[in-house]
Amino acid sequence: MEKILEVQGLKKTFKLSAKQQKIEKTKEKVKVAVNDLSFTAYRGEVFGLLGPNGAGKTTTLRMLATLIKPDQGDALLDGASVVKEPEVVRSKIGFLTSELKLEEFFTPNYLFDFFADLHGVPAEEKKRRKEELFARFGIDKFAEVKVGNLSTGMKQKTSLVISMVHDPDVIIFDEPTNGLDVLTAKVVTDFLMDLKNQGKTIIVSTHIFSLIEKICDRVGIIIDGRMVTCDSLEAVCAGKSLEERFFELYEEKVGKIV
Amino acid sequence: MSRDMLTIIKKEFARFFRDKRMVFTTVLMPGLMIYILYTFMGKGMMQEFSTDDAYVASAYVQNMPEELSPALRGLSVEWTELSDSEIESAKAAITAKEADMLLVFPADFSASVAKYEVSDGAAPNVAIYYNSTEAESAKLYGVIKGVLDAYEQGMANKFDVNAGGEAYDLASEKDATGQVFAMLLPLLLMTFLFSGCISIAPEAIAGEKERGTIATLLVTPMKRSALALGKIVSLSAIALLAGLSSFLGTMLSLPNLMGGADSGMDASVYVLSDYLLLLCVILTTVLVLVALISIISACAKNIKEASTANAPLMIVSMGVSLSTMFGGDGAKSLGLFCIPLYNSVQCMHGIFSFQYAPEQIVVTMVSNLVYAFLLTWVLTKLFNSEKVMFAK
Repeated sequence: MEKILEVQGLKKTFKLSAKQQKIEKTKEKVKVAVNDLSFTAYRGEVFGLLGPNGAGKTTTLRMLATLIKPDQGDALLDGASVVKEPEVVRSKIGFLTSELKLEEFFTPNYLFDFFADLHGVPAEEKKRRKEELFARFGIDKFAEVKVGNLSTGMKQKTSLVISMVHDPDVIIFDEPTNGLDVLTAKVVTDFLMDLKNQGKTIIVSTHIFSLIEKICDRVGIIIDGRMVTCDSLEAVCAGKSLEERFFELYEEKVGKIV
Repeated sequence: MSRDMLTIIKKEFARFFRDKRMVFTTVLMPGLMIYILYTFMGKGMMQEFSTDDAYVASAYVQNMPEELSPALRGLSVEWTELSDSEIESAKAAITAKEADMLLVFPADFSASVAKYEVSDGAAPNVAIYYNSTEAESAKLYGVIKGVLDAYEQGMANKFDVNAGGEAYDLASEKDATGQVFAMLLPLLLMTFLFSGCISIAPEAIAGEKERGTIATLLVTPMKRSALALGKIVSLSAIALLAGLSSFLGTMLSLPNLMGGADSGMDASVYVLSDYLLLLCVILTTVLVLVALISIISACAKNIKEASTANAPLMIVSMGVSLSTMFGGDGAKSLGLFCIPLYNSVQCMHGIFSFQYAPEQIVVTMVSNLVYAFLLTWVLTKLFNSEKVMFAK
């Protein structure tokens, strides 16, 4: 199998303000969000990052998307370094997270064209992809409505489509179904399956076991910024359900859940 | 009710005083800014009212009386005696700012004054011709008027100074218009330009941060420098449009404000080249202003914080603009035309008063472009900084 993403010893720390120290109940001035994290994703697979809130999943994905820089380590995405060639990496990925918002003044139609232009998508290709994606998600019904007037589900669909505007080979989704109603969540999950069938590589972070079990080929479990285990779904589960296995590992590493 | 009220008051105080930035910008900064502004204005006024000891005024005089000669010749003035036939050419020289003053005493001034009685009617008149648009001429007028008034007081109103309807201020209509425009318009223009910039730049930078839309841009393959440059150029163009609209409105309405058609003020005293130079200065000034406001806005967490943080820049900008009201003929040293905002104000003053040197305009434009380039580089660095862009 061809490696498409090689994460090598990523580390990220954040300085804690006095206020944050108080909230975190710690005297440490820095928080290690991600610590010596390594894993590999192969072309065409769906790789899931599973972990509780604050485990370092989002920080890892933000480093892969070059929004933030690692303190140590690097990641090679299709041969491009997230540290040295961030623009090349950004041209190869589609990144979707709740942190990224769309300008509410504009319509999905305008925003699609705008981001397609930023990604250098040729006019014909842009038109074809817009028709295809807008029809797939039913966006053509509200293509000329300002984003500010759309429902949460419609906004999420629009964000999803815009992250795919340049037909990237690697798609990084951070908690893609968080906060969505069941119908929109199903649309998103089905779309991920479609992308998988198209041979796209998908890196997805979530704390929803069923989503991992449904779409992922391999899974990495992150606890306290460290990769606890990383293997195929079957190997990680070892005959148990993912949920059972996750809590086993969690109690092994952190202690009994109270 | 009073307990609830106290609870609300306590909460509001806690919200305010626990926010160090808010305490600084709301409580400390206004006093600090007023101190700086008033100090600056005071120095400007001192500069206006103090005389240049080294300057020797050039003045014409006719029939200088013996008794006034020591007082007048004691001044730092080079007096040239004139005959009747030379009066008109002397007036022309004053209009052209080649001489500072023409002082005309009646031929028999001492005798006329000595025998004058109030019942005789019109008193002997001393004429002081000067040019109000030339700083040294205007100052000399004040000094000579003072000398004559002091002399007259000792004689119980035995003569008049500049009596009758004759025009003693020999400033040309063009110069007079230029003087008024040069005094008012730089301040107004800078105000309009700043208003144009401040109404859009914080929204476009801090607003995008606040709404989370800038992160969406940052995950596209474009370079951060392209984002910074794109923002600054587009915001400058919009701010320029806003500034130009205000400028046109001002230029067209100022004569009305100053007294309508009778005021003799007309923006047509300026030719196309003046307007083009002004446009170039304004354009580069807007680039600097937008870049400065963008940088401050990039460091702010939201629009409100950006607006507050930009207030000192506005006060500095206004303070610098006031220098045209107090600063006489303005800066002469080319080095001063490298100081951002101050250089633009001085150039505007120079263009409006027809007293600029081309090299001053060039230095201003070049230095402004250099500043805009450097500030764009800083903005690029800020867009690259995760601490700045994703600060919570």
